[in-house]
Amino acid sequence: MSDIRDDLLKTVDRIFDEHCPKPVRESAETGEWPGGLWRALEEIGLDRAALPEAAGGSGLDFEDAMLALRRSAYHAAPLPLAETMLGGRLLAAAGLAVPQGALTVAPVQSGDQLRFTRGAAEATVSGAAHRIPWGDLCAHAVVAGELDGKGVVGLVSTSGAVRGVEKNLAGEPRALLEFSSTPLTAFAPLQDAPARLQAEGALYRSVQMAGALERSLEYALQYANERVQFGRPIGKFQAIQHMLAVMAGHAAAASAAADAAVESSRLAPDDFAVAVAKSRVGEAAGKGAEIAHQVHGAMGYTREHNLHYSTRRLWSWRDEFGNETWWQSRLGRAVAASGADALWPMLSRL
Amino acid sequence: MHEFRFEPVQMPASAEALRGEVRAFIAAEVAKGAFTPSRNSWSSFDADFSRKCGERGYLGMRWPKKYGGHERSALERYIVTEEMLAGGAPVGAHWIADRQSGHQILGHGSERAKRTILPKIAAGTCFFGIGMSEPDSGSDLAAVRTRATQVEGGWKITGTKVWTSGAHEAHYLIALARTGPKEQDRHAGMTQFIVDLSHPGVSVRPIYNLYGGHDFNEVVFEDYFAADDMVLGGVGVGWKMVTSELAFERSGPDRFLSTYQLLIESIRAVGPDPDARSANEIGRFVAHLATLRRMSTSVAGMLERGAQPVVEAALVKDVGTAFEREIPEIFRQLITTEPTLGEGASYAELLGMTILRAPGFTIRGGTREILRGMIARGLGLR
Repeated sequence: MSDIRDDLLKTVDRIFDEHCPKPVRESAETGEWPGGLWRALEEIGLDRAALPEAAGGSGLDFEDAMLALRRSAYHAAPLPLAETMLGGRLLAAAGLAVPQGALTVAPVQSGDQLRFTRGAAEATVSGAAHRIPWGDLCAHAVVAGELDGKGVVGLVSTSGAVRGVEKNLAGEPRALLEFSSTPLTAFAPLQDAPARLQAEGALYRSVQMAGALERSLEYALQYANERVQFGRPIGKFQAIQHMLAVMAGHAAAASAAADAAVESSRLAPDDFAVAVAKSRVGEAAGKGAEIAHQVHGAMGYTREHNLHYSTRRLWSWRDEFGNETWWQSRLGRAVAASGADALWPMLSRL
Repeated sequence: MHEFRFEPVQMPASAEALRGEVRAFIAAEVAKGAFTPSRNSWSSFDADFSRKCGERGYLGMRWPKKYGGHERSALERYIVTEEMLAGGAPVGAHWIADRQSGHQILGHGSERAKRTILPKIAAGTCFFGIGMSEPDSGSDLAAVRTRATQVEGGWKITGTKVWTSGAHEAHYLIALARTGPKEQDRHAGMTQFIVDLSHPGVSVRPIYNLYGGHDFNEVVFEDYFAADDMVLGGVGVGWKMVTSELAFERSGPDRFLSTYQLLIESIRAVGPDPDARSANEIGRFVAHLATLRRMSTSVAGMLERGAQPVVEAALVKDVGTAFEREIPEIFRQLITTEPTLGEGASYAELLGMTILRAPGFTIRGGTREILRGMIARGLGLR
């Protein structure tokens, strides 16, 4: 591990330890913006960490930015860090300036399509976008769509666009935004913008799930070593050991798949690697969370233990930006269309 | 807690050329009719094919040139082995010798053993079996009863080994035997010997497997004489060597490509325009496969750096063999056919053969349960 990466990890972990204690996580679930935590991240430039330096990035490479994102998920930080990184990367890729503050992105569901128009004076966006992460708490959304058959990306104010707020299972806000000829503050072409938004969102969720899964495994191991039944720690029982070995396999596979996708997506998301990651990590999330809870028994079924901060995120994130079936089917159709004999050359290129 | 990290590896500059070379070699052999892409790659014995591999420098790749090796990297070796498996090449004859026995001899053998045996393995003319399991010692390897007692100039070995793949066609095996008394430490007092299967004192009897094939054997030693320079490593350190050998045995592409031929034939059978369920399952398998390959190449990188990734290797094998076993279970429900006994000539036969071979995947090379125990130890639970 590079020294820079080591220092980054220490700094990031210190900030989350300091600014993301249980009360912050709890109040965020009631809809309160964790301003102190966000400011602390901004101070070290984490919100801009995934941007190229020319676009105002902090000079970290993409792997480091994704490592920081993974740690934010490990700490169950209730923030739109992934969305801010994603929105910023889309703007930067289109050559647009990245504004200060938290960003969200839209649309995030494959059924939602925004309509763009370009008038003499300004461009506008119209349409509804469901389940926009933190859409009620971010002043701006980066929107993607098509105009005249070509990909476009724009920046729009969310003021007045929020029609309702639901929560995902982790208590993170997911807002319904509705735009009606809303003027865009910035606008530029970006090839395949909606697909890119979806793929890059899936990549970030994969990275986040790998972090939450790592934390869930740590909780489960700690509990198995501490909880005594029948006169010994339950981790001494072979049944528990094997469950945790299986979970470790899922956690390791999740990390490997997420890392591989990050390494292939430095400039733009690599569709194949992202499909592999979202599929594999999503499956690991469900199976891993199940084992973590089984090991914790009734204790893990409470809000008193911290496990739920990680597992509720896993159960939410696996369904966002395309669930396993969505990505697996896409991958399966592509493989079948290329033919059986094309599979190995494709796999061995990675 | 042991942190499992599967760091990326940088494939060597020679990788693409080497890959192309192996593919062209396999394609030419298939075109000549030398073999039909095997449904059973690393269990298919073909001495001619192994000799050709030796001629082309695909065996003993990492070993020093003075022992017939080619001084290439672990990753170059990885590329050759995965191409062979993906291409369904009949690599069974040399598989054990090249994968693990030769490596043990290189690291722990006498100079005579190295000079007489390694060049032949590298030439593809010398094959090995594994002499670990016994009738009363399977997962509990420390319970071996085969005993070696010291005699003038060497050792006399008596005992029985089982599940010895290929012993009826191999030249040697490496036998784990008890040389000291059972002590408090169950792992002490064990030693590994190179056993020449053509010498007196060895008899080999077939044990037919679930699909009716002759792969396994029972090997009986009756006062077999092993010269001192056929001892591997020191006397009494057999256990440590066996466990490090298993890191090589467990992490390779052979631990997730056993049913690759069924996967590609199933994709072919499903066709270019799969229904929703088939597309989903194919995509899922490809996602698992790509991830396993990443983990396995990463372990190859660790071996290259001289690390002993014993727990990582156990993890790759546990996850990889579970994947291998799922392939027939899923496709039998997607493709309308009934599994048929045979050699894999049709899809129904390939499916049938794979179903009958699948139970072995999670047993050979360390059962799933033993591996999970090792992983649990790595996690700090034992």
